[in-house]
Order: sequence, then structure tokens, then C-alpha cells
Amino acid sequence: MKAAPFEYARPATLDEACALLAADDGARVIAGGQTLVPLMAMRLARPTQLVDIARIPGLAFIRDTGDALVIGATTRQAAAEADPLVWAKLPLLARAIKFVGHAPTRARGTIGGSLVNADPAAEISLVAVTLGATLAWREAGRDIEMPASDFFVGPMVTAMPDAACLSSVRFSVWAGQRVGTGFHEVNARSSDFAFASAAAQISVDADGRCARVAIGIGAASACPARLDGAADALIGTRADEATVREALRAAIDGLDIIVDPYASVAYRKRAALALAQRAIADAYARARGGETRAA
Amino acid sequence: MRLELTVNDASHALDVEPRTTLLDALRDHLRLTGAHAGCEHGVCGACTVLIDGAPARSCLTFAVQCDGLAITTIEGLAPAPGELSPVQDAFCETHGMQCGYCTPAMILTAHALLAKNPSPSRDDIVEAISANICRCTGYAQIIEAVALAADRMRGLNRPPEPA
Repeated sequence: MKAAPFEYARPATLDEACALLAADDGARVIAGGQTLVPLMAMRLARPTQLVDIARIPGLAFIRDTGDALVIGATTRQAAAEADPLVWAKLPLLARAIKFVGHAPTRARGTIGGSLVNADPAAEISLVAVTLGATLAWREAGRDIEMPASDFFVGPMVTAMPDAACLSSVRFSVWAGQRVGTGFHEVNARSSDFAFASAAAQISVDADGRCARVAIGIGAASACPARLDGAADALIGTRADEATVREALRAAIDGLDIIVDPYASVAYRKRAALALAQRAIADAYARARGGETRAA
Repeated sequence: MRLELTVNDASHALDVEPRTTLLDALRDHLRLTGAHAGCEHGVCGACTVLIDGAPARSCLTFAVQCDGLAITTIEGLAPAPGELSPVQDAFCETHGMQCGYCTPAMILTAHALLAKNPSPSRDDIVEAISANICRCTGYAQIIEAVALAADRMRGLNRPPEPA
């Protein structure tokens, strides 16, 4: 389990990093390396050069812009996990990060690294798609932005060009106090890749009816899937069990489910349905009762 | 490639290939063999060291990425030669090990937990060591060891109870 030889560069700026990437087809960015290094150890990835962006100034931050939270690409997952601002403004992300690998990988792994690696089971990607986040990258001296729904193209494939480097991700923060979130996943053992995962965020009106709903399913299809049809069907309801199940069943039936030796299509559909029901129930209860920090 | 690793408060100048993991640099270049090579792809936890005080996989980090960062290995925990840290002592006392392969990583993980949280609940301890696999003990005595160490470390500055 040793990586093949490669060159190592530690550029001082994002533009320098992009120039190194543009000059070498085999070059890849490394920040935390918690996805890339295992792939290199198994020689599933053999980059000719690693461009280390972890120490580029100004790329690790969590910034509150009022209506959004912007997180820098090299922000460590553990830093976001521990940040009170993330719990206050983006509790869905805070809940999901607990499921990302385990504490020692979250200590090194970055928010941006998880996004650009685009593992279908990645929790941060699921939250980005569910909440309609915007990803920003640097490419040939320009700043480019793209919605998360367009960013993820397939397993480990994104729409970002090879010679580009992610700079930040922007999550809109829902207005109002009565917003609740839920996140659930199932895997063979804690910290392993999920077979299916579900995220939900709901805001309720004064009568306790759903005013705004976002639902996402991860690990079941090639990219995280946002279930807009199911979310729309819950608007104006009290998220009662029958309505939720019917809305989800139709939406999950429409997904192109992946199959691997560990979980069949039927199992993934069943798991996605059950997990989404739980996520919605949690989100609705928290929206009515007020979001709390306890998981 | 030349780099400087700060391990257990001592600075070491090294010349390694970029593909040398922190684990291999510690074991093969610095002869600090307390960090163990297990799965070498981040799953088993046997290679855990502290990077800037937080447990991390030394097999999932290239040494060049750690240039200038503060690394702590099991060799850096004992206060003096022939002595044990309170956590090491507690692992001996509760027999929190059998073959010992996972032990340095377990102890470093426990140190990091107790530095952050002096009064961990059983759940906190379980969560902290959940990234480290032990194939011998069934974990019970490891959890006991961490709880005992926490209790002792909390009491370090407490006056003795009257007899």
C-alpha cells in the first residue's frame, strides 16, 4: 500500500496552483488528502504531481454574510463541525459532518476536498445539493460559480475543469426561526461509506404547516439527488406520515439507483425511503419545537 | 525532498521522497516505531498520531504535508524514561490491551480526548476511540482505562481525602 512516485509543489496562491495544474495533465490538488491518499495507496489514483493548497492564505474560513454562510475550500471538516456559527446557521451541515469519515479523518479532511472528490456517498455534497449551494472556483485567473446541482456529474466526476481549483462554497441560510433539519444514513459500520443517506430541511408557518421544504438523497444514485417533487408535495401540509411516504415513494422510484456488491437496488430504495421519512420527521419536529444542538 | 518535522517537541531535518507517508517517515527515518502500520489506507487506526494535538492517520498524510507541524507520537507521552503517562498507566492497570498493536494509537486518541474533555461520558469515550480497531479486547477494558485515566487526571491537583 504505497503510492506511486510523484512530484510535490506547494504554491503560494490559487493562481499559481492553477498554473501548475494547467502545465501538467497528471497533476492533482491535495488539501487534506483523506480521499486522495487512500486512492493513491491502492494505486487507483497515480497523479504525477500533487499541488498542495492547504497552506494558501485566505482559503480556510467560515464567513457569515447574513443571508448565507460561505466556507473556504481548505476549511477542515473538524473546524466546521466545531464552529457555533455552522450549528446556528447551517444545522443540516453540522449534523451531516458527524457522519463524514471519523474524527481523525475530519481533523485533516477539508470541506472543499469532499466536494471536489464527488463521492456519491459524500455527506457534504448531499447537503450542498439539498440546500442548493453555490460552488466557486478559480480558473485561468477568473472566478467561476456553479450551482451544486450542476457541479456533480457522476461518481468522482464534477463539472469543474482539471486546471481549476475550488475556492469556496456558499450555502444560503433560510430566514426565520422556525427551521428544522434532519440527517440520517445507513452503512455497514459507523464511519464507513453509506448505502443510502437522507437530508431534510423544513420551515413551518405560524400554523405549523410546511412553508419551505428541501429533501435530498445521497449514496443511492451516481450523484446526490434533490427531490423537488416530493418537497413541493409537502408544502402546506403538516408532514403527516402518509403524505410524506407517498411523496417520497414517487420521487425515489424516479431515481436511477446504483448497484454494487453491498446493496441491491431494492434495498437502496427501501433504505432511502425509510431514512428520508426519518429525516423529514426530525426536521419537521425541530422546525415546530425549535432546532436544538443535540443530534 | 528536504523538510523539517517537529516530533515530540524535537526538530528533525529529513530528506524523503514526496510519496513517503508520515508513518513511514516516523518509522523508517526517525525510528519511532510506536506508530504501527496496519491497513495503510486509513481504516484501522493503528498508525494514529497527533498532528497539532488532534488524532490523525499518519498513513493518510504524506510527510511533506507535515513540514513544520507539531507531531506527537506514543514515544512523546511519558514524562521521563521509565515512567508512564496517566493514560498509559491506566491501560496497564485495567489491562486495556492484549496484543498491543492498536495500543499506541488508542492511548494517543485518549490523550487528545482528555486534553479537550476532562470529564468524558462513556459515549464520548466510545465515540473518540470509534476510529480505532482493536481485534483483541472487545473494547471494554479500553473504555475502562480511559475513564480511569480521566478520573485520575481530574484528581491530580486535588488534596488527598482524609483517612
